[in-house]
Amino acid sequence: MKVGSRQVDGVTIVDCSGRITLGEGSVILRDTVRDLLSKGNKKIVLNLGEVNYIDSSGIGELVSAYTTTKNQGGELKLLNLTKKVNDLLQITKLYTVFDVKDDEAAAVKSFK
Amino acid sequence: MAMTEQRVSYTLDSSLETIDSAEEKATRIATDLGFSDDEIMQISMAVREGAVNAVLHGNAYSPEKKVILSFEHTGGDLIISIRDQGPGMDLSRIPNPLAPENLLKTSGRGIFLMRSFMDVVEIRPSQAGTELKLIKHVHGPTAGGKEASQ
Repeated sequence: MKVGSRQVDGVTIVDCSGRITLGEGSVILRDTVRDLLSKGNKKIVLNLGEVNYIDSSGIGELVSAYTTTKNQGGELKLLNLTKKVNDLLQITKLYTVFDVKDDEAAAVKSFK
Repeated sequence: MAMTEQRVSYTLDSSLETIDSAEEKATRIATDLGFSDDEIMQISMAVREGAVNAVLHGNAYSPEKKVILSFEHTGGDLIISIRDQGPGMDLSRIPNPLAPENLLKTSGRGIFLMRSFMDVVEIRPSQAGTELKLIKHVHGPTAGGKEASQ
């Protein structure tokens, strides 16, 4: 898994690609979000448009990122889900938990 | 695995590499058997989740303990067995990940995903370890098959 982050109007967009699975992928995501929060970046969008595979550990890591951010007074949203990831969030009912966007500009604007 | 063979078995270490290897083997075999792309993804993910359970929760990464993975093509079924040498899974402790109080838990979705993706899921814990059996029917959808799941 690879990640790169950029700032858009005070919102941090984290571009993720590859697989979010037990091991390296989950650790990279966890470290990235924790690093952003420690630097005061509390408006986070995970762009999952290039994430082609995620397992239950990866799903757990998304949940962890969401709750960790929320617990620190921030917001974390998901952007550009692939069909596979979208289907997984649907069957696990997590689609109702996450704020999921399919347009980056709209995602950025949606932060208060 | 050449599909002229009816059964193949692997003895694997309790490592992260085993999880990736199990998934790759499942993908290759499901592809050889002519499953659709969606079904291949379902089978490979179910095997990955089963391997995660065996390596982490069963064998707890112990170098002395092995994971035995087998694939069998018999009749219209692909039958996959994943055995660990751990203390045996406590079935009563498997939560419902869709319950509102569990939605934000960071783990506990593996078996649910297996049951979502496979036609039959059987879990047989014993003092010698846990055996997980996953079955996918080769031809066509199997409405009602999940009722046989354990």
